[in-house]
Amino acid sequence: MAGEDAVEAAFRAHWGRVLATLVGIFRDLELAEEVAQDAFVVAAERWPREGEPANPVAWLVTVARNRGIDRIRRRAALDDRTRAIAAELARGDRRPPAEPTTFRDERLELVLTCCHPALSRAAQVALTLRTLGGLSTEEIARAFLTPVDTMSKRLTRAKHKIRTAGIPFAVPDDHQLPDRLAAVLAVVYLIFNQGWGDGRPDLAAEAIRLGRALVELMPDEPEALGLLALMLLDDARRDARQSDGVLVPLDEQDRSRWDDRQLREGRDLLERAVVRPDPGPYVVQAAIADLHLHRPRDWVQIEALYAVLSRLTGSPVVELNRAVAVAELDGPEAALAVVDTLALDGYRYYHSTRAELLRRAGRTECAAAAYARAVELAETGPERLLLARRLAELQPDRVRSR
Amino acid sequence: MQYALLIHRTTEATPEERREVEAGVAPVLGRPYVRSWTRLHPPETATTVHGPREAPLLTDGPFIDTKEYLAGIIVIEVADLDAALAVAAELQALRPGLAIEVRPVREEVPGGG
Repeated sequence: MAGEDAVEAAFRAHWGRVLATLVGIFRDLELAEEVAQDAFVVAAERWPREGEPANPVAWLVTVARNRGIDRIRRRAALDDRTRAIAAELARGDRRPPAEPTTFRDERLELVLTCCHPALSRAAQVALTLRTLGGLSTEEIARAFLTPVDTMSKRLTRAKHKIRTAGIPFAVPDDHQLPDRLAAVLAVVYLIFNQGWGDGRPDLAAEAIRLGRALVELMPDEPEALGLLALMLLDDARRDARQSDGVLVPLDEQDRSRWDDRQLREGRDLLERAVVRPDPGPYVVQAAIADLHLHRPRDWVQIEALYAVLSRLTGSPVVELNRAVAVAELDGPEAALAVVDTLALDGYRYYHSTRAELLRRAGRTECAAAAYARAVELAETGPERLLLARRLAELQPDRVRSR
Repeated sequence: MQYALLIHRTTEATPEERREVEAGVAPVLGRPYVRSWTRLHPPETATTVHGPREAPLLTDGPFIDTKEYLAGIIVIEVADLDAALAVAAELQALRPGLAIEVRPVREEVPGGG
């Protein structure tokens, strides 16, 4: 048996679960994190020699909990709250151990705490990756192109606020739950888009892993199913999305390079989600993502679903996407009529979409100006290259003279 | 946990609006979780003491002169931040132009270690 690999795999599989249980016990994220790390270090020493325990989560939680109790006892200045917890835990110690030991899965409480609206979105993202995802501070910093020191301070400040401001470790009341879940889903989707937009498959994979955890925790929540389906359907095209460092438009992608297993999984999840009434924004987006993958594309349905999504979100970006469907149905001028009502000047896809529509309408000069603006705003290499190529196709003379 | 709800006004209230807010605030102040409360006269009545220790200066007016000002403080004792935010939301809804900052209270005695 490859002992170290087993511990590494256990870390990936169990970190969030172990940490959540420990936060439930100690009501202190920082302490829980420290002792969870300790427990994995002990596991790395012992498991290769002694073999993996039958219930690794219970083993890790028990080791970490004992460490935590020791630490609380050793603390020079005990405040009343920790003293009360220590006393309670000590009493628990004397009870005969229940066999086999199981602990409730409290990851949902943990992720709801991390995505509490009293924390900034940046803090929510970092905390979620750290706690539920098990990424190190260095890994999170790298993922968001942020200095390690900045990320470390952000995490420390957020954990301090959770503790000091009394952000609850609990699933909120029914009337608050939808909003709070929406925040959790938004954080995961933001992580996915950071990876997807920048061509960073590792980060997209991390978001999918978090999405899987959410589905496991809320198997009946259609929006959790919808989000995971959406991410899987988009990510299935990751290998076909670029060719020699240039972004490849959907219709020109090599379909044999799409990940069939992932597409199937995404579609299965989508089917489970759409049977519920009143689909939410992630279910609708997943349905649209699925429609885009069929050939020929059903633009009538796509336009209709974008209209639904537009009503749900009120987002001008959705209207921009709807305009693309309108172009397919009623021509580029009809689409431009929609596009020109949108206040999206700082958004690169606005200009690239507009450019494409203007080109198709035969308004070459306006199209060139719009492509130029889109190139200016594009952040990633592959996208810039595609846009620059489109621009060059409109102006062959200017490019040759360069 | 104890929280201080710092009630900021961002617009001047008409006498009628003020009566309306007061009618809404009064029952909240009588609730069992309210530990204490203070209402403040507007900032033009303030005098600020500042400057070096040896020669403090007096200024006519508030320390930070902004359009928004602190109008009152309510200290409540509730289970967690969600409960405190719910009380704040209820007060905030009384009138547009109110902003309520929720701060956890330091409960340890100063100098007590």
